[in-house]
Order: sequence, then structure tokens, then C-alpha cells
Amino acid sequence: MGRKLLIHNDKVPNIHTLDVYREHGGYASVEKALKTMTPDQVTDEVKKSGLRGRGGAGFPTGLKWSFLAKPEGVARYLVCNADESEPGTFKDRYLMEVIPHALIEGMITSSYALGAKTSYIYIRGEYFYVARIVEKAIAEAYAAGWLGKNILGTDFSHDCYVQVGGGAYICGEETALLESLEGKRGNPRIKPPFPAVAGLWGCPTVVNNVETIAAVCPIINMGGEEYAKIGIGKSTGTKLISASGHINKPGVYEIELGLPVEEFIYSEEYCGGIRNGKKMKAVVAGGSSVPILPTELILKTAKGEPRLMSYESLGDGGFQTGTMLGSGGFIVMDEDTSIVKNLFTFTRFYHHESCGQCSPCREGTGWMEKILKKFLNGSAVESDVELLWDIQSKIEGKTICPLGEAAAWPVAAAIRHFKNEFLEVARSKKFVDVSHYNRLNKIVA
Amino acid sequence: MGAQVHGTQPYDNSKRAEIKFNDAAMATVQTLISHYPEGKQKSALLPVLHIAQAEFGGWLSPEVMDYVASILKIKPVEVFEVASFYTMYNLKPVGKCVIEVCQTSSCWLCGAEDIIKHIEKRLNIKVGETSKDGMFTLKTAECLGSCGTAPMAQVGASYHENLTYEKVDTLIEKYRSEGRLRSYTDMDYHNTL
Repeated sequence: MGRKLLIHNDKVPNIHTLDVYREHGGYASVEKALKTMTPDQVTDEVKKSGLRGRGGAGFPTGLKWSFLAKPEGVARYLVCNADESEPGTFKDRYLMEVIPHALIEGMITSSYALGAKTSYIYIRGEYFYVARIVEKAIAEAYAAGWLGKNILGTDFSHDCYVQVGGGAYICGEETALLESLEGKRGNPRIKPPFPAVAGLWGCPTVVNNVETIAAVCPIINMGGEEYAKIGIGKSTGTKLISASGHINKPGVYEIELGLPVEEFIYSEEYCGGIRNGKKMKAVVAGGSSVPILPTELILKTAKGEPRLMSYESLGDGGFQTGTMLGSGGFIVMDEDTSIVKNLFTFTRFYHHESCGQCSPCREGTGWMEKILKKFLNGSAVESDVELLWDIQSKIEGKTICPLGEAAAWPVAAAIRHFKNEFLEVARSKKFVDVSHYNRLNKIVA
Repeated sequence: MGAQVHGTQPYDNSKRAEIKFNDAAMATVQTLISHYPEGKQKSALLPVLHIAQAEFGGWLSPEVMDYVASILKIKPVEVFEVASFYTMYNLKPVGKCVIEVCQTSSCWLCGAEDIIKHIEKRLNIKVGETSKDGMFTLKTAECLGSCGTAPMAQVGASYHENLTYEKVDTLIEKYRSEGRLRSYTDMDYHNTL
């Protein structure tokens, strides 16, 4: 059994209510921080913990906090990125739905560290029902004095609000999120200036993922150094993994970073193996944007070492033979899956979600979708594989925000590791979806 | 009238005067505006558009967008540019129940295409169309964050997960018999069958 710090109480009845959450130690980090620590001490603990952004980029959270500009007389904001939209990722939804107070507690403790009097939780619009759950929890927190004026009788006052989005993947990019929070189209901003200097309404702002903010609570409770002992190397602490696809037990799992990938996929404690007795073909380990890996490379690195669930081990070998931990959106595909068609669904997604600001992304994602459609309707030729490669290489690194890379990487990786499958479809002049046995079997049975 | 929203539908000036939030909706709008600093009321635009869509028949007509602009004291085009950017706002009339079936990777891996075909057959419409009785509109959606419970469909605020043909049939009958407009702001949320 790995250690759990975030969702260890997820099966406790009524843990979504303030009373039950308090009975299980909730809001201890707010008490500890506000009564016994200075804001800088809170930030120091987060630095010591080695916590890295859980939204996908993995940037050290304490360092991000330390960049926050603090000019006199200018408001500072904490904004929670709950625009979870990376295909394969549903962990933040689970956390907010089941233990909403874990996020609110983290918002208060983090805001204290940053000196933010107001914070916003930006939740993707499709999660409207989740926003209602969080809003109810916020109302409870206000009524009990955890939010509002002079929290716990201290000088610290804080207001926390929810804002729902309108449906746009791009708003998970922090500057697009800020634009959206200002009531505009979600077009990412050119950086610099970074949000830490000029963010929401031009004020210094920190944007953190839901899971990152929730992780601040155990860090303050146990101390940063203790937290850093969990995990492996620079991948400290625990991580929520959203497991989906052809596995026996899809769902959200909290793992200690460093867990072997093989154990995660095949043990009964986690995914429970591949369903219908099939063999595994490939895995997308960290959300749709990260490179897909074939079975041999996801279980072992190119050097033959067991692959671990950590930033470093999943990244071992670079993009030639490795991938990324990303958001922890873990999509498993069985032996019958068409990589070509799966890539088509990804590319259709990125084309749909491109904001349209930068030409390479706006046009490139559309062309990649069109070319992949040729594979599906049997009109592709062999040189289309090269063409796809060429287009993705001309998107990467040439856009304002990382959606360009996110769209290019899956295409590059699918061709890198499964080129023959593309060539076979092109040569045979027809696409047969071999995986088209009744996928609904698992539920009907 | 001064500047008007140029949406995808013709502007009917005579309708504009009839459009007004009821007291409950207006109170919610005012609360939302109070969440932002003085002068930053435009920030409330996205949530206010959700309320407007639910209150005025499930879609945002040019007149409704114009009305929202007047409440938030912004230009109508500022409303239209936002409403046309995000996928959740309907700029054309839709059925009372919009069924949005997720089709991205994990949902596709678990049979979303079969679910879409089944709904098309059941309602006798194609993706993007509305049933003759005006009850259902079928759409596809990109990842709705329900990958572990795939395949899934969203109807208003409700997530319907681990879908089977039988579940879809039950769902359609349920919505048909209730016959009311389903919106994202529905309180009857997370109605997993």
C-alpha cells in the first residue's frame, strides 16, 4: 500500500461536508499557518517539499510562488486552475467532487503565503455540477469563519470565489485562463510579462492546479522536509493518476511517485491489468499531449531499467524513447487498438481546441486532421506519413502557448513508434478498424 | 438602438424589449458581479451567459446577447466575441435536451462511436441535428473529463457515464417524458443513471 495524502479519506461518508472533513483533521494547515507561521515560512516549507506543479508542466511550486511581485498597495491574487481538459485527465474533478474542502483549505493556506486577499477557482464550464459542490463548501467555510474577515482572529482576511468557464481546452493555459477570468476570449498572452508580475487585471498573480493547491495542506501539516522523503529523487510526494482505456479498473488513484509502471498497470490495487484478457499495445502516460509509448518502452526504459511513475523515469530517454508524467492522465490501449485512429481523435481534438491566434497551430492542426482522415477513408498514400511529420515539426516551438507542442508531440510519437502501422494503412488503401469488436462488452457483460 | 450584436441569426428589435431576467436570475447576476472588484464587472460575462442561455430558451439570440451587454455595461460585440469562442454557448436554437457525446480518445477506445450511432438511429437524426419534435439535439463533444467512466454523454448539468445502449434508451425516455429544458445551470445535477 502506497502512502496517500490527498484522497485517503475519499470513502468516508459525507467527507464533502465541513463537519466530517474537520473530524478527519481538516483545516489543520490553516490553523498551523495562520497561528504559528509567517507567510514566508509557509512558502519555505513548500520549497523544501520539492512539490512540482501537478497540472502537467511540473514546475517547482515554491519557486513559482517566490517569483510573485509584491509592490506596495497593489492587490495580489491566487487563481486555481480547475479547467481540467487534457484528454485522459479527470483527477481534479474527483478531488473537488469528493473532498471539496481539501481544495478550499489549500486555497486559504496558499493565499496566506502569497498575501492574496482574494482568490478565484476557475472551473471548466462542463463541470457545472462540480462548481456547485465547491460553492456549497465555500458557503460552509464562510459560515464557520474559515473564509471572510479576520480568519481565526488573526489579521488575515480572505475571500474565495468560483468562476465557471464556457468550454475551451485552451483556458487551461494560465494566461488564457486569466483572459477568460476577465470575461474575454481565451487567447493566451505573450510572456513576459509572466502572471507573477502582471496577471489578473494586470496584478501579480499565481496560477496553480487544483491538486497542487490541495497538496499544500499535507506539506504544511507534516513539514516540507517530511513530504520530500516521500517519492523518489526530485519527484517528491504523491500524485493523482487518472487511469482510463482498456484496463479492468479505470479510476483515480493516488500513488507515491516512484511506483513501477508495471505494478500500476497490472496489480489489483491499481488498474488490475488489461481487460478481456487482451495484451497491452501502448500507453499515453500523462494526458493526450505527451508522447505515446509502445508496451516495451513504457514498462522498461531503453536501458532496460524498470520504468517508474516519476517525472524523471518517464522522461528517461527524452522523446526518442521516453515520455512525460504530465497531468497523470494514463490511457491504456489493448493489442486491437488502431494507433492511427486514436491519433486521429487526438488531432481532431487539438484542431477543435486551437484558439486560432497563431497560424502554425491554427492551420497545422487542421491539416494534420485532414491528412489523418485520409488514412481512415483509405485515400492516404505513403508520403502522407512524411507530410504529417513535416507539419508537426513546423508547429512545435512556433506558437505563443504550448498548445502547439501539445498538438505536435502526439503525432511525432505515433509516427516514431508506429510508423509501419501508418504505412500499412496507406499501402492497403483501406482502413480496417480491427478494434471494432463491441467495445461496450465490458458494461453489457 | 446603438451598436447591435451581429450574430448568426437576424436581429429582431421588437423582441429586445421583452428580454429581461426574472428577479431570481437578476439576483444571481448581481451576486456574480459582486465577486469582482469595482469596474471589473465584465469578468462575470461567462457565468452570466450561462444564466441567460438557461433563462431564454437554451440559446443566445442576438437580442439576448445585447441585453447581457447592457447589464454588464460593455459593448455588444464584447459579448458576441466571447459567446462565439466557447463551445457551451449555442448561437442557434437547439432542442430542449442537448445530448453531447464525448468522442475523444478514452471514450472512443470504449465505444463512443457505437453510442453516437445508436442515438442517431433512436432519434432519427444525425450529429448536429435537432429532432422534429424539438426535444433533442445531438452533438459530439471533445474530452469532458469522464475518461474513467467512458463512454459518456452530458445533458445539461448531468453527466451520464458508463453508457450502454440500454442506458441511453432509458435516458431518452426519461427526458422525453419530462419534456423540460435542460441547461448547464440545472440544480438537478450529476444524475448518473
